[in-house]
Amino acid sequence: MSEASDQLYNFALLDEDAKREIRRKLLKAVALPGHLVPFASRDLPIARGWGTGGLQITLSIITPDDTLKVIDQGDDESVNAVNLRRLINRTTGVATTTDTTAATIIQTRHRIPEEPLRADQILVLQVPMADPLRWVEPNLERATIMHSEADYGKMWVYMYESVVRAGDLRIASQYPVIVNRRYLMDTTPIPRWDVPKLHMADTLYLFGAGREKRIYAVPPYTVVEPLQFEDYPFRTEYRPGQRCARCGAEHTFLTEHFVSDSNGGRWETTCSDAAYCAKRVAQMEATA
Amino acid sequence: MNGDWILRVEQLSKHFGPTCPDCRRLTGPDTGRSQCPRCGTVWACVEANLQLNAGEVLGIVGESGSGKSTLLQMIYLALRPDSGHIWYRDNGGPPRDLTTLDRYEARLFRNTKLGIVYQRPELGLNMRFSVGGNVAEKLLLAEWRHFGRIRARTAELMVKTELPPERIDDEPPTFSGGMLQRVQIAKALASRPSLLLLDEITSGLDVSVQARVLDLLRRIQWEDRITMLLVSHDLGVVRQLARRTIVMKNGHIVEAGLTDQILEDPQHPYTQLLVSSAL
Repeated sequence: MSEASDQLYNFALLDEDAKREIRRKLLKAVALPGHLVPFASRDLPIARGWGTGGLQITLSIITPDDTLKVIDQGDDESVNAVNLRRLINRTTGVATTTDTTAATIIQTRHRIPEEPLRADQILVLQVPMADPLRWVEPNLERATIMHSEADYGKMWVYMYESVVRAGDLRIASQYPVIVNRRYLMDTTPIPRWDVPKLHMADTLYLFGAGREKRIYAVPPYTVVEPLQFEDYPFRTEYRPGQRCARCGAEHTFLTEHFVSDSNGGRWETTCSDAAYCAKRVAQMEATA
Repeated sequence: MNGDWILRVEQLSKHFGPTCPDCRRLTGPDTGRSQCPRCGTVWACVEANLQLNAGEVLGIVGESGSGKSTLLQMIYLALRPDSGHIWYRDNGGPPRDLTTLDRYEARLFRNTKLGIVYQRPELGLNMRFSVGGNVAEKLLLAEWRHFGRIRARTAELMVKTELPPERIDDEPPTFSGGMLQRVQIAKALASRPSLLLLDEITSGLDVSVQARVLDLLRRIQWEDRITMLLVSHDLGVVRQLARRTIVMKNGHIVEAGLTDQILEDPQHPYTQLLVSSAL
């Protein structure tokens, strides 16, 4: 930690009582996988809805020896990721990286990195809407009772209606899952592509919703099952023949963007995980 | 009380309020009050006893505020009684006291063994889901996970309850009041419950629609031999469906017997008043 930051801030910005409270809530969340644990979400120098939940978790668990990676929609260089990384770096002095394999803590919004995560890594997800029952039950008190009784009939009807209206389970993100065969959980706006990565993972996943003041977790080696019908199974967005225009990967989640050129422009698909794509390109260039 | 009973209620009571030493003396059918004038406690249901035999329809009649819906809600396990027991027996098996179930067990029991139809469709149906989705909810709660089979069973139930199956994906607000009651009946029957609870199901419907709903229930009862508990303030409705009837006033059961007997030869002054005002 630099001398300047040491004088201006407590390590990791938050006061120690706040961090202790969040760590206690994290322990509870790990003990009850998928269960929404309320916590006293603090005010931060960024607006609610910009990753304050994930940020508070990161600030509570980070140590001077950690190496941090922050991504937003798979990209290390988006405005939100850069700002959060800078804030954490300035108040902790920890090393930062864009390489998934080098990081010990990865804070993310909307994506889980493509490279497999290890047991010594922690993934912190920023959550905009913590409770999946919000889609079917706007009353929070009733939704809490529904969770306590594992009363998820309405959520299943929501899935049923999805098939009726769209002809398939067309839930693009925030796909509902049952964790540890008990709690219904929101997977945050990660694409369906990333949902299987939560199942029996080596890594600890921590979820923070700052605006909604909720923390939840998926500990390593936990059963995470997406809601699906026998005749309409859960499917990821994978399309046979899909390919990244930059690195040629056929096994990654791709995003589509418009590229301008002298012929008026064209649509191009590239890896959503920008660091992984750049790493593959660098490897290809090194071997060429 | 014996025989092939499915449900037995013993000394079931429910009150709302703090209670005081004079409560019980100052309330009840003799005083004409359910609410204690001293402490304001409402004695909604006091030491109710009843037995429901397999395949029979039992009517509960009484004026508004007599405690019939409270009794029904306790049997539906939506309201926890203050004292008493609700014994349930499946196909002559060992009796279970439903008042000892925790919330999770009570929900499971409710979803598999009980069906309910409310007076107001918005209490029993989710107006944002399609009619098919509403009926399917019961099947999904009973762990049905094959979409095709759920659709087939839902369409079958719609035909059974005289609803056009081609409207399976329409939303409830596009249906008439009588149709919505039939949707509720279809939903209640979806998991093949042992006991169907009917709470003022024809109130608010015009006479011809009322008759159609009652005909439907009579047919279902005849075909499936389903046990029903019918709550109504309308003696005409009870007469058409129930073989036995109990009369409630100010939270107490004041008379019980065969429906014809009660209507032809009422013993309690309140029942006499009820019958004479209905004729």
